[in-house]
Amino acid sequence: MSTHQLPEHPDFLWRNPEPKSSYDAVIVGGGGHGLATAYFLAKNHGMTNIAVLEKGWLAGGNMARNTTIIRSNYLWDESAAIYEHALKLWEILPEELEYDFLFSQRGVMNLAHTLGDVRESIRRVGANKLNGVDAEWLDPQQVKELCPILNISDNIRYPVMGATYQPRAGIAKHDHVAWAFARKCDELGVDIIQNCEVTGFVKDGNRVVGVKTNRGNINTEKVGLCAAGHSSVLAEMAGFRLPIQSHPLQALVSELHEPVHPTVVMSNHVHVYVSQAHKGELVMGAGVDSYNGYGQRGSFHVIEHQMAAAVELFPIFARAHVLRTWGGIVDTTLDASPIVGTSPVDNMFVNCGWGTGGFKATPAAGLTFAHTIATGTPHKLNKPFALERFETGALIDEHGAAAVAH
Amino acid sequence: MLLISCPNCGSRDETEFHYGGQAHVPYPENPNDLNDREWAEFLFYRDNTKGAFAERWLHSTGCRQWFNMLRDTVTYDIQAVYPMGAPRPATSTTAPEGATK
Repeated sequence: MSTHQLPEHPDFLWRNPEPKSSYDAVIVGGGGHGLATAYFLAKNHGMTNIAVLEKGWLAGGNMARNTTIIRSNYLWDESAAIYEHALKLWEILPEELEYDFLFSQRGVMNLAHTLGDVRESIRRVGANKLNGVDAEWLDPQQVKELCPILNISDNIRYPVMGATYQPRAGIAKHDHVAWAFARKCDELGVDIIQNCEVTGFVKDGNRVVGVKTNRGNINTEKVGLCAAGHSSVLAEMAGFRLPIQSHPLQALVSELHEPVHPTVVMSNHVHVYVSQAHKGELVMGAGVDSYNGYGQRGSFHVIEHQMAAAVELFPIFARAHVLRTWGGIVDTTLDASPIVGTSPVDNMFVNCGWGTGGFKATPAAGLTFAHTIATGTPHKLNKPFALERFETGALIDEHGAAAVAH
Repeated sequence: MLLISCPNCGSRDETEFHYGGQAHVPYPENPNDLNDREWAEFLFYRDNTKGAFAERWLHSTGCRQWFNMLRDTVTYDIQAVYPMGAPRPATSTTAPEGATK
């Protein structure tokens, strides 16, 4: 695909209203999850007197920094259910939002490089199939047929021993996704307020009744937090803690190339994931920087390591150049699963902990979180991800399917 | 990449070290007395400070000793390095938000 097939850069798709003094609900965070939540609050629950507050510009945080991979091949039932629901929504959203954000179901491959990888992968394919998630196991020859530029030689440090493959997975243009949601939100009457930073909360006893911002106080009956890496900062303002650590997660793109890479390839073991964006740049990412950080940048050795992995797997990339690297702040939990639901503060709800893989979940996170905010109770898909699991011990350990690869 | 002053070996690249998360989190004095909520706090809840943060590091490819470090999580400036068991040094100033190193 080349540049002329990309959508035109749109005109203004939403108003820039002044904040009102009062709303039925306020969403903190104007990224993908915040906008999707607002959209489903308005569409499914008739709550249109609501606002999305964004401290910077719309979708300028992790929504603009992710590597746009969408898949649902998670191991455990709880995760497969919510991510697969998201994937089904991705399949209908371009029509529903009347906006072609170039969701391209080009498939995602997860490579196996060790016997342990192979066993874990085949187990995951089985688990996926039982959960209605499309999944296949490919031998190295089938891997090569699907992605001819991959090096499947025995003569590398970690030869490719096979791969899981999810044909319905793929990529989408993340900024267009945000704009698609924002336009619909605006049409439904939602106020999207940019450059509006939350500086505190107003509480009546243990109940939140308002939001303090750099543009004045706003009364509200309900607050939904969708602030990813800054969730802990907001929770502290509200008077509670979250079991989250914020880390820098880096990614990079090359200069533009002719289409050479037909799918998405991820490798947990040699630690890189690679796709080729619609425009032609190679998009790569890997794991988080080890230290806590809010700086939206990380250390260069992390970039160096993932490029080394990419060049071993794709010898054709050896002479490509890095055009740009960047970092986002991801909100990681100890079981690599998100936290969605009620909070210790009445009428305040949290949607966070999506860590390195929140983009793919955007529609389902929004749909289920909107349900939780509107009704005050969990949606059946987000119920297992409640904050209480850290007390009950019912953790959902997705490190196998989530640790590196998004 | 961070340049970290190991108290035993001097300045070395970050790649020689392993991160150990928040410092000064003692094992519960009376573990048998803890309820589920308190165990959750000890096991899963750590401060996620934006600003000066006391954290543990291990010089894994050098002296293999643990030590503590005070680092700003926005600017990544290292403000102090001090031994395990020593109290956290007082912070003079926190760098302004968004400042770059």
